Amino acid sequence: MRVPLWHKLLVYGVLIAASAVALFPVYAVVLMAVSRGAGFSAVIDPDWSALTLDHLRRFVSTTDAEGRWLFGRQLFNSLVISTGTTVLGIGLATTAAYAFSRFRFPGQRAGLAGFLVTQMFPGTMMIVPLYLIINALGLVDTVLGLVVVYSTTSLPFCVWMLKGYFDTIPTDLDEAAIIDGASHLRVFYQILLPLARPAIAVTALFSFLGAWNEFILAATFLSREEKFTLPMTLYRHVGAYGADWGAFAAGSLIVSIPVCLLFFVLQKHLVGGLSAGAVK
Amino acid sequence: MARWLLIATLLALPAGARAADELVLWHAYRAGEEAAVVRAVDAFRADHPDQPVRVLAVPYGAFAQKLKTAIPAGHGPDLFIAAHDQLGDMVARELIDPIPIDTAVDRFLPETLAPLGRADFGLWGWPLAFKSLVLFYRTDLVPAPPATTDELIATARRLGGERRYGFAYPFAEFYFHAPWYFGFGAELLAPDGATDRVDSPAAAASGAFLRRLVLEERILPSDANGALVTELFNRGRAAMVLNGPWFVSEIAAGVPWAVAPLPVVSDTGRPARPLSTVEALFVARGRTRPAVLALAAALTSDEAARWRAELAGQPVANAAVYEREEIRASRTLMTFRAQLADSVPMPTAPLTAMVWEPLNEALRQIGRGALGPQAAFAEAHNRIEILSRPLPEARSPAPYVLVLLLLFAGGLGWAVVRRPPAVLRRLVEARLAYAFLLPTALGMTLLVGIPFLMGIGIGFFAFGPGELRFVGLANFTKILAAADYGVTHPLSFYFTLAVTMLWTVANVALHVAFGFGLALLLQPTWVRGRGLFRVILILPWAIPNYITALVFKGLFNAQLGAINALLGKLGLEPVGWFDSFWPAFTANLTTNVWLGFPFMMVTVLGALQAIPEDLYDAARVDGASGVQRFFKVTLPQVAPALLPAVILGTIWTFNMFNIVFLVSEGQPEGSTDILVTEAYRWAFMRNGQYGYAAAYSVVIFVILVLYTLFTRRLLAGRSRA
Repeated sequence: MRVPLWHKLLVYGVLIAASAVALFPVYAVVLMAVSRGAGFSAVIDPDWSALTLDHLRRFVSTTDAEGRWLFGRQLFNSLVISTGTTVLGIGLATTAAYAFSRFRFPGQRAGLAGFLVTQMFPGTMMIVPLYLIINALGLVDTVLGLVVVYSTTSLPFCVWMLKGYFDTIPTDLDEAAIIDGASHLRVFYQILLPLARPAIAVTALFSFLGAWNEFILAATFLSREEKFTLPMTLYRHVGAYGADWGAFAAGSLIVSIPVCLLFFVLQKHLVGGLSAGAVK
Repeated sequence: MARWLLIATLLALPAGARAADELVLWHAYRAGEEAAVVRAVDAFRADHPDQPVRVLAVPYGAFAQKLKTAIPAGHGPDLFIAAHDQLGDMVARELIDPIPIDTAVDRFLPETLAPLGRADFGLWGWPLAFKSLVLFYRTDLVPAPPATTDELIATARRLGGERRYGFAYPFAEFYFHAPWYFGFGAELLAPDGATDRVDSPAAAASGAFLRRLVLEERILPSDANGALVTELFNRGRAAMVLNGPWFVSEIAAGVPWAVAPLPVVSDTGRPARPLSTVEALFVARGRTRPAVLALAAALTSDEAARWRAELAGQPVANAAVYEREEIRASRTLMTFRAQLADSVPMPTAPLTAMVWEPLNEALRQIGRGALGPQAAFAEAHNRIEILSRPLPEARSPAPYVLVLLLLFAGGLGWAVVRRPPAVLRRLVEARLAYAFLLPTALGMTLLVGIPFLMGIGIGFFAFGPGELRFVGLANFTKILAAADYGVTHPLSFYFTLAVTMLWTVANVALHVAFGFGLALLLQPTWVRGRGLFRVILILPWAIPNYITALVFKGLFNAQLGAINALLGKLGLEPVGWFDSFWPAFTANLTTNVWLGFPFMMVTVLGALQAIPEDLYDAARVDGASGVQRFFKVTLPQVAPALLPAVILGTIWTFNMFNIVFLVSEGQPEGSTDILVTEAYRWAFMRNGQYGYAAAYSVVIFVILVLYTLFTRRLLAGRSRA
C-alpha cells in the first residue's frame, strides 16, 4: 500500500521530536560524564575546551585495595545476577502464567489478586524482613540469595504480563494439540512459549533491568567487594557530603550500555512475534 | 537436573567462609579519605603479617541500613567508621560496644571527645576527624575575607550581578543556616538535653538575617543545592561560599581560593557557630577483642592521622598532628582546627532527628518570602511538637489475637460447610495447574508473603528509643483521624492522598498516551531506522533514574536551569518551579512521564505483534477509516496485554518514590509529597517511627486493594458486554 508523503513526513517528524526529548537529559548526562568541571550546570553552559575521558576511564579501571581489576569482576557479577534473575523469573513466571491462563482451579482468582497485592506494599519496608529470611536460609552474601530475592520480587509483574499475553493466544491451538494427544507440558513448550516470544522479551527486559539497576538490597546483602555488582560501585561516588557527579554520570552511561544491547537483541523477538511462530 | 543442582550449589557457596581471626572494617569513605584509611590498614598488615584484615567500602546511601540489619544478624564488621550524630540511634539499637576504659584518649582534641562520651564514663568510639563549615572564598574576587557579617554583605553586594552572586550556600538546609542560628544566640537543645523551643526571638533574628540575604540584599541565589554551589564557585559566579572540608576536592584546578573562619555576627558581636560532626571508629557489638583493639589503635595513631590529613586534607582529631611543620603551614587545616573551638556539636539524642525537616521548611519559607521569620519558626516549633509527641499507650494484644483466631476458625468453618467433597474433587482435578504453580507459589510465600505479613504486623507497634510496644490500632486511627493537621493542610493524610491520586492518574494516562502513540508510529514496516528509534526511545528506562531525576531537578532550577533559560529567550518570566504546588507538581510529572513512557511503549509494541494482519485487511475491505481501524481492531486486540501493564503501572506510580523524593523533595511545604514518600519520612527521617510508617504503608495498601477490586468489577463488566 502506498503511504502519502505528508503522512511519512509527519511520522518521521514526531519520531525525531520524541527522540530529541528522550535524548536531551541523556545528552546532559553525557556532558557531565565528559566535562572536567563535572556538575549539573555543565548542561547549560558546556565548556568545550575541557572535555575529558577521565571519568569514564576511572570508572572502568577501578581496582580494589589489592589492585585487582574490580570493574571486570563486578560487570561479571552483575551479568550473572541479572541473567540468573531473568532466567529463574521467566522460568517460574511462564509456568505460573500458563496455569492461570489455561486452567480453572480453586484459588485462581485469589492467587492472581494475591500476586498483585504484594506489589502494593512499599519496598523500603520489606528490606529488614527479607534480610532475616535470607539469613535464615543461609544465603546472605551469596549470589544465589540475591537472585532469589530479585526474581521473586519481579515475579508478580512477570506472571501478570505473561498471563495477559497468553490470554490473547486463541485456545483452539492448544485444544487441537491436546486432541492430537499432546501433553500439557508439550503444549506449553512447543505451542505457547514460541508464540509468546514478544511478551517473554518484554518481561525478560523488565526482570533484567530490575536486577541490573538495584543497589540498596545488593549493598545490604553483600559484604565482599569481589561479589559487588556494578550499581554499588556507581553509588559509591555519592558520599555523605557531596558527590563525584562526573564519575557518577560516566558510570550511569556505562551501566546502561548492556541494557541497550540487550534491548537491541530482544527487539527482534518483539517484532518477530506471530509470523515466526507456529501459526503459519 | 544434576547439572542444575551443581550450578545451584556453586552459586550458593559463600565466598569463602569468614576466617575465624579475620578482622573486618567497614566504611563509606571515598577518594582521598578511603586511600588514607587503606594506607593505615596496609601499615597494620605489615606489622601483623599473620593477621588478615578485610576492608569494605560501602555506598553511603546503603551504609546505615546495612549496619542496622547486618550487625544484629551476626554478619556485621568488627570495626566501622561513622559520624557521631548516629550515636544515639546506634546505642539504642545496641549496635556498638564502648571502648575499653583504660584506652589513652588524651592525645585527641577535647572537642572531638565530648560528643563521643557516655553518660556514665568512658567513650563510645575513637575520634578520627571532624567536619564543620567555614568560609571559602575566591582570592581573585575577594582579597581579604570579611571578619563580620556586615563586611560579608558589603563585599557580596559589590560582587553580585547578572547570574553572579557574592555569596552562596544551600540556605534551605538547617545545617548551613546553623552558624547564623547559633551566632544570633538561639539554642537547639535545652540544658537538660530535651529539644528547646526553636522559635525563640534569637531564632527569628537569624531568620530575619536570612531574609535580608535572599530577599532584601539579593546576594544569595534563591534555589541553590550543593552541586550548584560548587559549580558557581568554580566558574567564578559565586565569590564566597559556606562549605566543609569535603569541598576542597571539588574545587576545580586553577581556581584561586582560600578559607577563613566564619565571620562574627555584627548584630550580636558573637562568632557564627557551625554544627560540627565527629567521625569516629566504632566497635560492633560483642566484637571487642585484642586484635580488634590493635587495629583500632593503628587506625587512630598519630601517624595514621597524619596520612589522613595529608592524603585527604582531613581535619583530624589527633592533637599532635597540628604541631607538625607542614600541617601548620596548611592554612585550610588550621582554619578548620580554629573553627572547631567555635562550633556546636551535632546533637545525638534520637529525638533531635526530627527537628531538621521542620527547620528546613521554615528556612525555605523565609527565603521564598512566604512567611515572616517569626511565623516560620513558630510553625516549625508546632511541627516539631507534633512529630515528637509521646508514643501511643501500650495495649494488650489479647483482643487482637482473639479476633485473628476467630477469623481463622470462621474461615475454616466456612470451608467445611461448603461441601468439602466437591472442593476436594476440584482440587484433585486441578492438580496439574497446581504442579505448574508450585515453584512460584513457594518462592512467593517465602520471600514476598512473609515479609509482607511482617510489614503489616509492624503497623501495630510503636518504636521508641530502645523500646517496642504493641499499640493495637492506635497508629491507624491517628492517621485516619488526621488529628495533627486540618484536612486541607498539605501535611494531612487526606491532602497527601488526593495528591497521590492526581499524581497516579495523570502519570498513567500520559504514559499510555505517549507509549501507545509511539508504538503505533514505530509499527509500519516502511519506517526506516525503526531499530534505532526504538533503542533511543527506551533510553529513559535504561539509564539509572537516580541521575536522570537529578538532571531534571537541575533543568528546573530557578536561576540556572535550562528550562527557565529557554523561557527567558522566549521573553517569558522565569518560573520558581518549586515555590508553589502546580509548577512543582508539573516538574515531577514531566520527569516521571519521561521515565515511564518507554515501558508502555515496549508493552504495546509486543502486543501489536499479536494482531493478525487479516483483521486489518478485513476492516479495510469493510471500508473502515484509520481511526475506526484503531478503535475497532487495534485497541480491543491490544487491551488484554495492556491492561495488566496499566494496573501494574498504576500501582508503581502510586508507590513511585525516587522522583518525588529527588525532584521536588515534597516542596513546597510537603504539598507534592505522595503517600509513599511520606511513609519513608516517618520511617527514616523522623526518628525511626517504623510502626507509624508501616501503618501508613498498610493504609496505602488497602487503598490500592480497593482500587483493584474496583477495576476488576470494571473488567468483569467489560468482558460480559
